[in-house]
Amino acid sequence: MEASELSTLSKPRLPRGVRLKYDETRHEWLLLAPERVIKANEIAVEILKRCDGTATFSAIVDDLAAQFSADRARVEADVRALLGELAAKRMVDL
Amino acid sequence: MTPPQQGRIGAPVAILAELTHRCPLGCPYCSNPLVLDAREDELPAAEWKRIFSEAAAFGVLHAHLSGGEPASRQDLVEIVAHCAKVGLYTNLITSGIGLTRERIEQLSAAGLDHVQLAIQDADAASADKIAGYEGAFARKRAAAGWITEAGLPLTINAVIHRANISRAGKMVGLAVELGARRIEIAHTQYYGWGMLNRAALMPSRAEAEAAIAEVEALKKSLSGVIVIDHVVPDYHARYPKACMGGWGKRGLNVTPSGKVLPCHAAETIPGLEFWNARERSIEDIWFNSPAFNAFRGDGWMREPCRSCPRKTIDYGGCRCQAFALTGDAREADPVCHLSPHHAEIAGIAAQGEGAGSAPAYHYRQMKLRELAE
Repeated sequence: MEASELSTLSKPRLPRGVRLKYDETRHEWLLLAPERVIKANEIAVEILKRCDGTATFSAIVDDLAAQFSADRARVEADVRALLGELAAKRMVDL
Repeated sequence: MTPPQQGRIGAPVAILAELTHRCPLGCPYCSNPLVLDAREDELPAAEWKRIFSEAAAFGVLHAHLSGGEPASRQDLVEIVAHCAKVGLYTNLITSGIGLTRERIEQLSAAGLDHVQLAIQDADAASADKIAGYEGAFARKRAAAGWITEAGLPLTINAVIHRANISRAGKMVGLAVELGARRIEIAHTQYYGWGMLNRAALMPSRAEAEAAIAEVEALKKSLSGVIVIDHVVPDYHARYPKACMGGWGKRGLNVTPSGKVLPCHAAETIPGLEFWNARERSIEDIWFNSPAFNAFRGDGWMREPCRSCPRKTIDYGGCRCQAFALTGDAREADPVCHLSPHHAEIAGIAAQGEGAGSAPAYHYRQMKLRELAE
């Protein structure tokens, strides 16, 4: 099925019903979904902000590796792990 | 998730707004109270808007618009638009009856985030019988189509009990077919009308175990297709549920007439003092109302809870269930095998054994006629 097949050409996006929100009360980023509130750490926020349905998985990894001067293979592993986990929960469409 | 800081009470994550107790269906497992609020006592839209504004400002993230049937209110779109405006994640919990394609499009345009549609069974005739409403199943199917066509994410809510437990897996299949991204398979919890109908709703242990195994297997095989949130049956468990994620810890309920409760059944516990949102702010009620503070922390606990290492996991279970089954809300939830009352649970659960016919339903209705006999 669509959700678990993450390829370099996937264009991940947050579907309607899933929102990344900065919570002014708790001073943290949260991912809101049906009956779910998940704290998003800094890395997750940077990844999810780039999941706009137009950027490919490869482009997101390139962009993050460049912006944070990080090892590309490691960034790719992080992005793959996060998106895979969220796709299984239907909180990201690939 | 966002647990409150140690030693202090955090803001609630969710508000469940029972916009009305009116509902065209008569589901016998309904968790609403037996004495329902009348239409003339319902809060007007202006009051609901103020409540949602206060809730959002003070840290509430999710607004669940429920009932009764929230679509019974003519001002539902106006209320949804306000929730969206103040930044709440807005979820409509509906039977689908009373929604038209046009109304769903209006709700979508107003900024609704998500819809939970209740389905009574995968079999149409059985579903209509459970709901006490001819044609309900067909209307729900139509509503599901309009919801997904409007682009709204859909969760199917399925309450499981004796009449539909053999089709729990089929209900998951139906949810996938209807385009839902998520399904809640919730075994009946015995509160309100559900408690009144307990003998008619209770499945056998073997049926419960088979359904649990079937749904758990589907959870794995359908990962990435549909999310299955599975609420397993209390009465066949060893430990109690962490009811409401802890009393006064994560969420609050507002009744149609404005009473603010720690949970939908809290009014069944005698002696609790509830405050009304007509008279006080949501924040004031959350922190200061006697009902919310009654079972916070562990000072109220007795043994076996007080010295139990699980007291920070399940908080001793459900206070309403403890009261209903032991006569004292401070007792351990007797679902727990450590409760001295636990043996009584087995006796009640045994009502589900045997292939004989179950008692007739007391259908949910605004006035308790049948109980007057």
